[in-house]
Amino acid sequence: MHNATEAKGPSEELKKPLERRDFLRYTGLGLAVGGLALAGCNDVMEDVSKTQSASDAHLTGLVNVGSGDAGILNYAYALEQLEAAFYAQVLMGKYYNGTSAPQRVALRDIEAHERIHREFFKMAITAAGAPIIKDLEVDFSSIDFSTKMGVLSVAKAFEDVGVAAYNGAGKLIQTPAYLTIAGKIVSVEARHAAIIRDFLEYNTFVGPDVVDQSNGLEKSMTPAQVVAIANNYLKEGSKLYVGDLPTE
Amino acid sequence: MNILNILAEIEKVDPEVYERLDQRRQVFKHFAGFGKKLAASTVPLAMGAMFKKAYAQSSGLSQQVIEVLNFALTLEYLEYYFYDMGVKTRNLFVQADLAAITIIRDDELKHVNFLKAVLGANAIAPLMASDFDYTGSKGGKRAPLIPEVFRYRQNFLALAQAFEDTGVRAYKGGAPLLMDNNTVLEAALNIHSVEARHASHIRTMRRGGTQANGLPKSWITGTDGGGPLPSVTAPVYGPGMPADTYPSEANIMQAGINLTSIPNVTADQASEAFDEPLDVATVLAIASNFLVK
Repeated sequence: MHNATEAKGPSEELKKPLERRDFLRYTGLGLAVGGLALAGCNDVMEDVSKTQSASDAHLTGLVNVGSGDAGILNYAYALEQLEAAFYAQVLMGKYYNGTSAPQRVALRDIEAHERIHREFFKMAITAAGAPIIKDLEVDFSSIDFSTKMGVLSVAKAFEDVGVAAYNGAGKLIQTPAYLTIAGKIVSVEARHAAIIRDFLEYNTFVGPDVVDQSNGLEKSMTPAQVVAIANNYLKEGSKLYVGDLPTE
Repeated sequence: MNILNILAEIEKVDPEVYERLDQRRQVFKHFAGFGKKLAASTVPLAMGAMFKKAYAQSSGLSQQVIEVLNFALTLEYLEYYFYDMGVKTRNLFVQADLAAITIIRDDELKHVNFLKAVLGANAIAPLMASDFDYTGSKGGKRAPLIPEVFRYRQNFLALAQAFEDTGVRAYKGGAPLLMDNNTVLEAALNIHSVEARHASHIRTMRRGGTQANGLPKSWITGTDGGGPLPSVTAPVYGPGMPADTYPSEANIMQAGINLTSIPNVTADQASEAFDEPLDVATVLAIASNFLVK
């Protein structure tokens, strides 16, 4: 799949960042932190110009999260949809009803948090006037909602991947206000991840699978790496395409 | 890896990148235009060598990035020596506690060493254990805020929670100030989420482990009643400056949206779902309680 950027050639490509840099300078950090209303206008324009490439993805039945900051927000919205749907089903399942009170309290809280994240993105993306992806249809047929391993191992995977996804997406964001929003959410996902991991095996809250033991930094995942996992839990027609997101 | 994108990104933060890489600007742009045709395996190697050379003279870090990273380094020292003293205090912890505090201590030391390496010659002079007074008496110059912090597990964990939750807010507040350096921004985010995992675990420890119910939760509800020691820790959960940009942890308004307008969402849940950033000055005011000077 080729997008409009590559067709522009080197001179256009080199001109773009200058425009973006000026845009960021003039919006100013202090102003932009105030809210979503001051979204990156350049990116919205780019989104409009890139709708042609989005149609390629639709032909193959994929949901294109889009490009620029709007694409990142939709990417986050997609992941929150997945998490919210998962915990909603957990709360209706056999394991939740039979497990310990501390686990029920935690799972109930986490369900609320993820539902709030999902609804927040839906409202925020709409309010920003950006394109928004559809309600995704999940496929949890591989998950056993009746056992501890079935529920908590998938919860752990979703939370860890969620943290890694936000960590990897932060640098792709152009608008400071959006970066702050992502930061506000990712630490809550990390809190979730730690307690879920501790429920599975105590003191594994910063295991070597998620934190690089050489420098104490959590590992990031790229959007492509994340959707390779997320798409396993989405039905045909709801699987995600992130090829138009920025990569640097 | 797209060579044009890399150069374009760098040009955003360093307009002179082409001059740094090669005085013959036009020649280099010509090379960049052919980047895509070079063997994919050789391009990253060539680029890496060029960047290393180009930035060898200057650190490549802006003054703002240097200041934010030194601020973070100070907080990591604060945490590291605290946990290190806890680990080395006899009979403070049972085995499972000691294992967790040791893991966290080691993470904080790695963060110290990582930030020192990134900052290089721009790093602040190393801080020593003697630079900190975790009772909050500032080296005996005033009455201690938390007497016997290394004698009682609950006192130690209360302060640990305050440090971790402060660290999470500090990195979150610092992130937008690092946007002109993607490498540093991503590293800061990668530390930020580790601090949040620490905070979650310390809260579980204070609750009495994974079999116990009650408070504190692993996330922050409202202002958490001012935290574990409200007379000392309330600022950890309160607003920063300005409060519009750095609201308290009880905040339920995100990007102009009132989260309690979502059906079946309470104010407590809305506040838990989002952590809040804190500004440098407010964080330093909290931290300075435990600095001797």
